[in-house]
Amino acid sequence: MKLKKTVITGLAIAATLGAAPAFSAGEQFIGLTSYRVGPYAAGGSGIFGGLIDYMSLVNARDGGINGVKLVWEECETEYNNARGVECYERLKTKGPTGNTVVHPLSTGITYSLIDKATADKIPIISLGYGRTDATDGSVFPYVFPLVTNYWSQNTAKIKFIGMKEGGMDKLKGKKIVNIYHDSAYGKETIPVLDVQAKKYGFSVTHVPVAHPGNEQQSQWLQVRQIKPDWVILRGWGVMNPTALKSAAKIGFPREKIVGVWWSGAEEDTIPAGSAAKGFIAAGFNVAGANYPVIKDIQKFVYAKGNGNMEDKSRVGSVYYNRGVVHGILTVEAIRTAQEKFGKGKPITGEQMRWGIEHLNVDAKKLKALGAEGFMPDLKVTCSDHEGSGKVKFQQWDGKKWNVITDWIDADQSIVRPMIEESAAKYAKEKGIKPRDCSKES
Amino acid sequence: MLYREAGQFKASYREDQQIFPIRQDKIAIALILAFFYLVVPVIGDQYWLKAILVPVLIFSLAALGLNILTGYAGQLSLGTAAFMAAGAFGAFNFMLRMPDFPVFSEVKILFAFIFGGLMAALVGIVFGLPSLRIKGFYLAVATLAAQFFVVWALTKFSWFSNYSSSGVISAQDVVLFGVPIDTPESRYLFVLVIVTVLALLAKNMVRSATGRAWMAVRDMDVAAEVIGIRLLHTKLLAFAVSSFYCGVAGALYAFCYLGTVEPEGFNLDMSFRILFMIIIGGVGSVLGSFLGAAFIVLLPIFLNVFFHAVFAGAVPAGLGSNLELMIFGGLIIFFLIVEPHGLARLWQIGKEKLRLWPFPH
Repeated sequence: MKLKKTVITGLAIAATLGAAPAFSAGEQFIGLTSYRVGPYAAGGSGIFGGLIDYMSLVNARDGGINGVKLVWEECETEYNNARGVECYERLKTKGPTGNTVVHPLSTGITYSLIDKATADKIPIISLGYGRTDATDGSVFPYVFPLVTNYWSQNTAKIKFIGMKEGGMDKLKGKKIVNIYHDSAYGKETIPVLDVQAKKYGFSVTHVPVAHPGNEQQSQWLQVRQIKPDWVILRGWGVMNPTALKSAAKIGFPREKIVGVWWSGAEEDTIPAGSAAKGFIAAGFNVAGANYPVIKDIQKFVYAKGNGNMEDKSRVGSVYYNRGVVHGILTVEAIRTAQEKFGKGKPITGEQMRWGIEHLNVDAKKLKALGAEGFMPDLKVTCSDHEGSGKVKFQQWDGKKWNVITDWIDADQSIVRPMIEESAAKYAKEKGIKPRDCSKES
Repeated sequence: MLYREAGQFKASYREDQQIFPIRQDKIAIALILAFFYLVVPVIGDQYWLKAILVPVLIFSLAALGLNILTGYAGQLSLGTAAFMAAGAFGAFNFMLRMPDFPVFSEVKILFAFIFGGLMAALVGIVFGLPSLRIKGFYLAVATLAAQFFVVWALTKFSWFSNYSSSGVISAQDVVLFGVPIDTPESRYLFVLVIVTVLALLAKNMVRSATGRAWMAVRDMDVAAEVIGIRLLHTKLLAFAVSSFYCGVAGALYAFCYLGTVEPEGFNLDMSFRILFMIIIGGVGSVLGSFLGAAFIVLLPIFLNVFFHAVFAGAVPAGLGSNLELMIFGGLIIFFLIVEPHGLARLWQIGKEKLRLWPFPH
């Protein structure tokens, strides 16, 4: 009896694992390696919610991309690298042309997928995270850290601090403390900060915070001893509100704390309460529902009861809007690829790679998309897989994020040589022969 | 009726001491091995081989390592992931810094894995030293130190990651006798061979004098000492062997599964997962390590696929993911209540029932 039961259960498991949901031929499949549980669920649910809602909007309002409907399937990664790889493998052959593009939304998973996706010819878009030196497209043909990578962002931050101090020459002799999440993600900006410290003559102290970062007493005591002029907060998840509360405890002014975009969402500031007031964070997208694209989503998706967000008040929040940026770039890249490889037909991952590499979202296009001022314009090329490098700075007033600057450019004179050096080292380690970008079309 | 050893006589000690003394067991194991070696690579598609079977095998090996230490020698450890990290980074650095390895360069990768294992064993011995004085939960806390120290050291000293700016390592290509092991089938077989060989070694080790000494220490270390077992030697050997297994598993995890790993990936979470594997699978059982690893790795994936197939679109995605997690936790508790000695014990009970079948009285 028992044996029979076991066999039947086993078969059922095998059948479910093997069963493929039906997708029809004229659709564009996008596999989503999302996460909605665990310590970073706020980021995952907001960003994937925004991405899915934008794709629903394109389907509902425009009838797809030149008539090609977008379809997608989610797979829960729990922000775990091994699960991320499993999800990637599960999703990659689904749909009529396989998975078009991967958004790992985790620096760790991005690292784990670089080799696999390159071999499978599926592009990775690591929008605002992931491997910085992948910006050099000659070494990383299938990886796109679009809009802005961590190093570009960091130079923009120092520029912002220079502006606040009244000129870059005023940075001399200033003290900056870099409080970072002790992981691959957090460590990524240490070399570029050191280079800038030498160039502008300020001193920088790197203070690590162990994952997940809900205990920061000793770090902020160190801040109190150093008495820095500015603190750079490179946090993620629960580390951010804890940092703001600890700063309030030692009386460090929050107006002098500048966060990365993974520190600058409502989910980071609201739990810190009044301690967050005045905190400044960089961002390649802004908060707010007052943009035509978000209004369209409310009109075409939510008004019909099809929205992905369980908590509708999060539409227009920082993470949600970042998901919409993911959506806009994905859809525009598919459109670009269709223009070359045949309108109205689903494209393959390889064609998608071409589409992303020739993506050109200029100011005019942004206006047409209803995203003017919502995200920076960008133009991707073979050698530049970032395409923009611009960020805006927002300040938390206790209730919402307010934009306080225009788009600030990165200092490519610092970043680019470092990227090329690092990418060349990677190419040497892995035995990759970089392609010649002047011959690419 | 089928499963009965009546009539199988053992005429020598040698015959009596075989791993599988019963003929039916031998046939069954041969069939299982034949299935995994010959049938699976043919029928398994890329997804099954790359994303399901390889991680299950690798985690089985890690669980086996922990089972040697916890299940057989009775030393509780929370540092499994750290030993895996030591193995992964050891193998990476061996490949990186020994470009012209003089002997047997065709199988350099195997030496790298052995080196990774030895590095892990070294770390294991160092953090095993406190086990001579402290026991049980207190020892678990001491091995917790290994967990944090190793990850910290790998992040802090960038020499280990060849000065990569973010501290990650990207594993070199696996090449055996000049043939790159890069197809899903060859990679699966490569992992399978290593895991089979090590599992066989482990099975024999726990049946030998070494294994009996471990079990004696586990059951009562004072008594073991009285009958002449050297505690220092036995405990540290258990730590070394266990860490070696975990180290090789870590190297396989980096080289044959993920490709690129960061130290942070080998966190306490992973140590706990492997501990759960042996608790669910069966403490003190080689088979249990495999069953437990399969359970812990496959069940969440199965739940995720199941929910997508059945409730696609009907439940909000966030609720679905949380439900999966709850059911997973619930099932763990269920299994522990039904059979506190793990899945391996269930298997054993099944075998005993089969012996009596079809006449249970």
